[in-house]
Amino acid sequence: MSNTNTSSGHPGNTPSGHPGSGSAPSGDASASTGSPIKVILIDDEPLARMIVLEYLQSYPGITVLQECGDGFEGIKAIQQHHPDLIFLDIQMPKINGFEMLELVETPPAVIFTTAFDEYAIRAFEAHAVDYLLKPFSKERFDKALRKWLDHHASTRSAAPAGAPGSGPTPSASGSPGNLSAPAASSTDAIASDAADRTRELLETAAQSPAQQHRIVVKTGGKIKIIPTEDIHYLEASDDYVKIHTHNGAFLKNRTMGYFEKALDPAQFVRVHRSYILNIQQVTRIDPYEKDGHLCILQSGAHVPVSKTGYVRLKEVLGL
Amino acid sequence: MSFGLTLYTSATDSVVSNTLIAASCGFISNNLQYYLPKRERYWYILIISLGLSGLILLACKGLLVPILNDPKEAVNYAQFFSKSWPVRFDIIFLQVGCMTILSVLWYSSEEEQQNRQRRSDAEKLSKEAELFKLRQQLAPHFLFNSLNSISALIGSRPEQARKMIQQLSDFLRNNLKKEEQQWVPLSEELQYLELYLDIEKVRFGHRLDTVIECDENCLGSRLPPMLLQPIVENAIKFGLYDTTESVTISIRARIEDRFIRIEVQNPFDPDTTRPKKGTGFGLTSIQRRLYLLFARADLLETHVDNNLFTTTVKIPQP
Repeated sequence: MSNTNTSSGHPGNTPSGHPGSGSAPSGDASASTGSPIKVILIDDEPLARMIVLEYLQSYPGITVLQECGDGFEGIKAIQQHHPDLIFLDIQMPKINGFEMLELVETPPAVIFTTAFDEYAIRAFEAHAVDYLLKPFSKERFDKALRKWLDHHASTRSAAPAGAPGSGPTPSASGSPGNLSAPAASSTDAIASDAADRTRELLETAAQSPAQQHRIVVKTGGKIKIIPTEDIHYLEASDDYVKIHTHNGAFLKNRTMGYFEKALDPAQFVRVHRSYILNIQQVTRIDPYEKDGHLCILQSGAHVPVSKTGYVRLKEVLGL
Repeated sequence: MSFGLTLYTSATDSVVSNTLIAASCGFISNNLQYYLPKRERYWYILIISLGLSGLILLACKGLLVPILNDPKEAVNYAQFFSKSWPVRFDIIFLQVGCMTILSVLWYSSEEEQQNRQRRSDAEKLSKEAELFKLRQQLAPHFLFNSLNSISALIGSRPEQARKMIQQLSDFLRNNLKKEEQQWVPLSEELQYLELYLDIEKVRFGHRLDTVIECDENCLGSRLPPMLLQPIVENAIKFGLYDTTESVTISIRARIEDRFIRIEVQNPFDPDTTRPKKGTGFGLTSIQRRLYLLFARADLLETHVDNNLFTTTVKIPQP
């Protein structure tokens, strides 16, 4: 492909989809700043990664640091390289794309690719997240990438003009220290906005049937998939939720509200502000203090039940 | 004559009373055909029987006395009637009551049967719809990913792209054909599976190896179409990514009693993936399909042996 350099410095001005040949869009997104944009591809199919790689050839400003065949590799690669952007497939073996993102502490910008997944698509639409449906054309790919490049460029231009090559955005690097203070605050705001969007997207995605039956946690550098029937109860613990199971407790940095939505409501009941209970585990409910109750679980654990929680519990148990 | 009545009087009495009884039985039966009380059924039977019996009795007397021309006979009959009415009432009540009960039973059972028929029709319909959906479930994902692979191959390896288009069309053609059929022979299903595996090998590169073992006498066994493919797809999905080396998926078929027994085996990593007991992974839809077809929940089994995951499916043979 010929690399025609149109309207340098403003890739966003290139009209999407030239009428003639798919002439390469200006790949100089970062040419003005000098530092290449770091990208990681995560897809379980080599050919699917190959086509993204091929499409990216017309963007000399973008460097693909690594190709990953599954979510586990993806997490490692993201933590190692702090990419600016990842291309992420949803349906992958073991953990899917959403679950992988949940486990990354500061998720980079993502362009999702998927072949067919009703729930994922519904989640993307609900949160106005751009995604590529396989197989996608070069034009469609360019459009999505250019949109991100524009956004990326505007994030960068928020930095003072004197510090162009200041490296990756804070959202990806996790080390905003190398930016001057005022820039850091404004880019942080944009980054945190993106992070919020990602979190909301993951919250919706977690309600899909594929994910409703399990929770993925990271424990001591290893990833563990907990089937929901193994869960005894969940307990709020500062910014985390403690998941109590047969094999001990695991922490996940999500809110109680998140789990209340994500878990099957016929199986899990929010019995207390700080507790969600697996009703399969209940052996006895005793009155406790003046308005409350106490649930005794098969494991022997005691879980407090609030007044409204008791009403909810009775409803689900059909009492 | 008995009770001092003439033969003519007795005969008339008998004809009139029995006609009246028959008429009320007909009335009840007809009535219940259209209206069957749901609640207080027994009270309804009692009250309607008592009421009708009383009416018959009154009508009997009201009709007979004027019919008998001879005034003496009429007086005789009136006397006889006033003595015999309790017995008559009992008998009439018994007859009418029996008829009512019989009608209620008859129409209830008829209604029940109709309901059952309707229910089974509705069930059959929803079952067919569900079976259709279960059969369809896995196709779109596979299809679009395959098209994506073709798209990737076109640039660098056009020959291979063309070959894959051929394989994919064969696969789809088979798929369409099978939607019509209820049963297919194993030999056909295995051919179809090989086609599917060839496409998967393109998608997943050289890391996928497959072994198919099948006794000669199995080849004619019948199975529901497209049952094996999702099982194998499952095995590939969970087998392929636990190691970075190549993975062998094996498929073995043999006859066992009156079943064809098919085993699909894939390696997995017990540390990162923990298959659930019963139906692990994505096998629930197959379990459901088998249940709908054979009304048995034990035809699909999974087994974990160290790092080997085995899915066994048994299909009853006629």
